[in-house]
Amino acid sequence: MLTYILRRLGAGVLLLGVVTMVTFVIFYVVPRLAGQTPQQLATMYVGRAPTPAALEATVDRLNLDQPVILQFWEFIKGIFVGAQYEFGGRVVECSAPCFGYSFQNYQEVFPEIMARLPVTASLAIGAGVIWLVGGVAVGVVSAIKKGSLFDRLAMGVALAGVSLPVFFTGLLALAFLVHAWNIFPTPGYTPLIENPWQWAVGMILPWLTLAFLHAAQYARQTRGGMLETMGEDYIRTARAKGLPERTVIFKHGLRPTLTPIVTIFGLDIGLVLGGAVLTESVYSLNGIGRYAVQAIVQSDLPVILGVTLFGAFFVVVCNLVVDILYAWVDPRVRVAR
Amino acid sequence: MTAPGSETTESADPEVVASSGRADTANRSLRQIAWQRFRRDKVAMGGAIVVVLLILMAVLAPLLTRFFGYSPNEFHQELMDPLTGGVLRDPGNPAGGLDPLGGISPQHLLGLEPVNGRDLFSRIVYGAQISLLVAFGATVLCVIIGTILGSLAGYFGGWVDTVISRAMDIFLAFPLLLFAIALAGVIPDGAFGLEGNGLRVALLIFIIGFFNWPYIGRIVRGQTLTLKEREFVEAARSLGASNRHILFRELLPNLVTPILIYSTLLIPTNIIFEASLSFLGVGINPPTPSWGGMLSDSLQFYTTSPHFVIIPGLAIFLTVLAFNLFGDGLRDAFDPRSTD
Repeated sequence: MLTYILRRLGAGVLLLGVVTMVTFVIFYVVPRLAGQTPQQLATMYVGRAPTPAALEATVDRLNLDQPVILQFWEFIKGIFVGAQYEFGGRVVECSAPCFGYSFQNYQEVFPEIMARLPVTASLAIGAGVIWLVGGVAVGVVSAIKKGSLFDRLAMGVALAGVSLPVFFTGLLALAFLVHAWNIFPTPGYTPLIENPWQWAVGMILPWLTLAFLHAAQYARQTRGGMLETMGEDYIRTARAKGLPERTVIFKHGLRPTLTPIVTIFGLDIGLVLGGAVLTESVYSLNGIGRYAVQAIVQSDLPVILGVTLFGAFFVVVCNLVVDILYAWVDPRVRVAR
Repeated sequence: MTAPGSETTESADPEVVASSGRADTANRSLRQIAWQRFRRDKVAMGGAIVVVLLILMAVLAPLLTRFFGYSPNEFHQELMDPLTGGVLRDPGNPAGGLDPLGGISPQHLLGLEPVNGRDLFSRIVYGAQISLLVAFGATVLCVIIGTILGSLAGYFGGWVDTVISRAMDIFLAFPLLLFAIALAGVIPDGAFGLEGNGLRVALLIFIIGFFNWPYIGRIVRGQTLTLKEREFVEAARSLGASNRHILFRELLPNLVTPILIYSTLLIPTNIIFEASLSFLGVGINPPTPSWGGMLSDSLQFYTTSPHFVIIPGLAIFLTVLAFNLFGDGLRDAFDPRSTD
């Protein structure tokens, strides 16, 4: 088990390295390939109408005219030991982990992300619980009662669900459930410690909206997996030895179906934690994803870079956790590879 | 537990089904069998018909708008309420209140956009052009990259497979939307010899194709793994065929069907991806209409003009649903495990 965990950790670190490199390539190399001069690139890192001197200073500060490999070194160094930028005659400190410094708002990016994490985490965890439980439950019932009215209805709704983008369901909910019919209050974020009831009430629509899309996928997948598993020989054996149907379904049928679902869940929750961009935009929740979207409007590149990196880190970490959980639950995984 | 009329036939007497099936399918190729199955699947046929209509709509956009509506960028501010931006029930008379239908009338089949009063029918029809163009283009790119890398990984195995499979894992684990936003954000308005919306379309195709190819890559790799053990490949190899010959002449023709099926299922994913990017403001530049962009605009007007939410949203929903139904039907029709 220990060697397995160490190996996965190694793979995780490697993946983090790759992700960091890709992020770097997107932000520093691609614009160069697209024909931007260091000065043009520098305009994306400073305010709206910079003076030529300020531009030159930015080029210098970010080493934009230096070879790519040197830039990459500075970039990595910033993450581990922090960085210092000279800006308008004074030195600004970006302490480690330095995910960038927004020269438009005079803010370090990493603390800003951390400040928004509770919003995104509330959204992700609440929605995650709903879609995992709801999706699997509907999938199991559909599989057991295959062909029934429930099954056909549920699968019809699920098919519609995977075809509905979050921003459309969210807008519909706002236009009708909130505005026209007054069923729900206007969604918004209240910190959990401040007022748990308000927190839940304000988040319920964002949760349902985000959960609906994923629940539809999980229901389809659970149903397919259950149908396949329930056709296996060992299910027949379990029934033949007189086990109650409940035990057959939940202990023998559901367990193997759940393992791939848990893997996908780890991936999905990681993606959402790194910024539920669309849901946060529709409901104007000030989470990590919306931070990135607002940064696009202002073309505040360091913020976009920081959020991208942060999101990628979250996916890798969640993957790692799932891998380890997986090995703990399923001994076959430990031995293989 | 199978209800009458359920799609998979589980007859009480499997022998009857098997023998009748054998007699029935004796002289037909897999493709003919599949086509026959597909034609009987009403839901999938419905999806296919909608898909064909959508493509026709996008291709004939200029004709359709000339016939039924107005040009997509023609303003009709005289019909609008200057205060709320909604469509007036009685043009030129703000005291008359807003039209609850958002201006849906024989002149404007799908109503009007808030504030500027552009004709929504024309904007939806032209939006289909962008949506389908980007989705098809991206899917083609996914298929090209996915087929090449997937078949190489499956055929050669070893370290080639390790590298490519790992790359696919990494791609599937990426926060795609964030990376796509970042990429769309850092590219300037003129680059790679393109500018304006030509560049945006090319960029969207490239970004979506570049990030979504592993879906095809995985399928092709899996198929290649099983195919390469088959006798015909061994026969070709024993006749001294080169790897290139085996890959392109022996394996590729057998991969065409699964690739076609899964690319049909990838198109709806790509349509949503494009709409999401346009919704976030990193897709097509206005005033060119795009469905995602219209939904993004509607965020300001959902209180006064709910039709402006519903119409572009329904366009996305119906398109994606039609492609999903069509693709699911194709997959079931070609599935050798499904009985007939």
